[in-house]
Amino acid sequence: MQESINIFIKSIFIDNMIFAYFLGMCSYLAVSKSVKTAVGLGIAVIFVQVITVPVNYLLNKYMLTPGALTWISPQLADVDLNFLSFIMFIAVIASIVQLVEMIIEKFSPALYNSLGIFLPLIAVNCAILGGSLFMQEWEFENFGQTVAFGLGSGIGWALAIIAIAAIREKIRYSAIPGPLRGLGISFILTGLMAIAFMSFLGIKL
Amino acid sequence: MSKQQKERESLFSPRYRKLIRNPLSIENPITVQVLGICSALAVTTKLKPAFVMALSVTVVVALANVVISLLRNGIPPRIRIIVQLTVVAALVILVDQVLKAFVYDVSKQLSVFVGLIITNCILMGRLEAFAMANKPWPAFLDGIGNGLGYSWILIALGFFRELFGNGTLWGYRIIPQSFYEAGYSNNGLLILPPAALILVGTIIWIQRSRNRSLIEEY
Repeated sequence: MQESINIFIKSIFIDNMIFAYFLGMCSYLAVSKSVKTAVGLGIAVIFVQVITVPVNYLLNKYMLTPGALTWISPQLADVDLNFLSFIMFIAVIASIVQLVEMIIEKFSPALYNSLGIFLPLIAVNCAILGGSLFMQEWEFENFGQTVAFGLGSGIGWALAIIAIAAIREKIRYSAIPGPLRGLGISFILTGLMAIAFMSFLGIKL
Repeated sequence: MSKQQKERESLFSPRYRKLIRNPLSIENPITVQVLGICSALAVTTKLKPAFVMALSVTVVVALANVVISLLRNGIPPRIRIIVQLTVVAALVILVDQVLKAFVYDVSKQLSVFVGLIITNCILMGRLEAFAMANKPWPAFLDGIGNGLGYSWILIALGFFRELFGNGTLWGYRIIPQSFYEAGYSNNGLLILPPAALILVGTIIWIQRSRNRSLIEEY
């Protein structure tokens, strides 16, 4: 349990998807012009991340790693389907995004209207596929830890996009050199925020 | 779809050359279209992984553009994203296996970022914007052009970060030992993730000061 909390904290602050790995930068830069939309996209990412990372963990454990298929029949012990993981993960992500979209549309039309356009975009957000690939690479021990990681990395991403959106709303009133306006200054700001986030390095419960 | 074009254009007519030239500067995928930034920043601490990554992305963009452009009339619009992702994922698996076989150490350094080529926005962006509406040959050129536009930024970043952060290039020592003895020291910041962001910001700044038409309005 303590290990799960540790992973949770770590994935929000230290291994932050944006500031440490630059994942999901495209939508991070494109959708961070106002706080309201940033919050919407942030929530959608948390939502999808919490579902896809554990699902892909199960898929990885029971289908893709070498010898994972023994639960079907012992003869399959030396089958290694690892090379299929990219295509499996992306298929799972695309279908879950579709599913989440349908569920939200049915049960909360208000949320659906505010997230509407972002939901399909999430399928190609690197942070989501990145989360699943990191899950595979870091070899988490149990299901609980992957849920903690999914939740933490989603929240970390949401935190980053909401923060930059708030800054960009304020910075409209500043005199920025023309060529740096918009994209350029957002990059530099993100760099400065990343330096600030590096002060969390080494935190461990 | 017949392959014979009605009005035959030479393979490198001005319109086609533009497809390669524009993404290098005024339509650069990274600094202007804001596509494919994730991987551009993470793999550029050293020149070698940056170069391998740039090459992989160029190959995948060009081939994916051709495949999607060939299939474009047969893809139902509702499921086109899934079809595109499947094509791209298959190509990326190929690239990944080739990298693992021939440059294993680089493939280890790139870790998840090879897989992330699948969701690299350059791919989806170009497939959606160009390959779905154009013939295979221009789509191929567009892929190559965008791949090269992406490549030069990656290689520039890798060059500066490795030279000033490590004093080496491609793993070979460039800045001689005598410099260090005279008091020179490596800039550790350049190796860290934030420096990549600030460097890209600077490239954008320089590019837009030279080409004022790219300046954004609020």
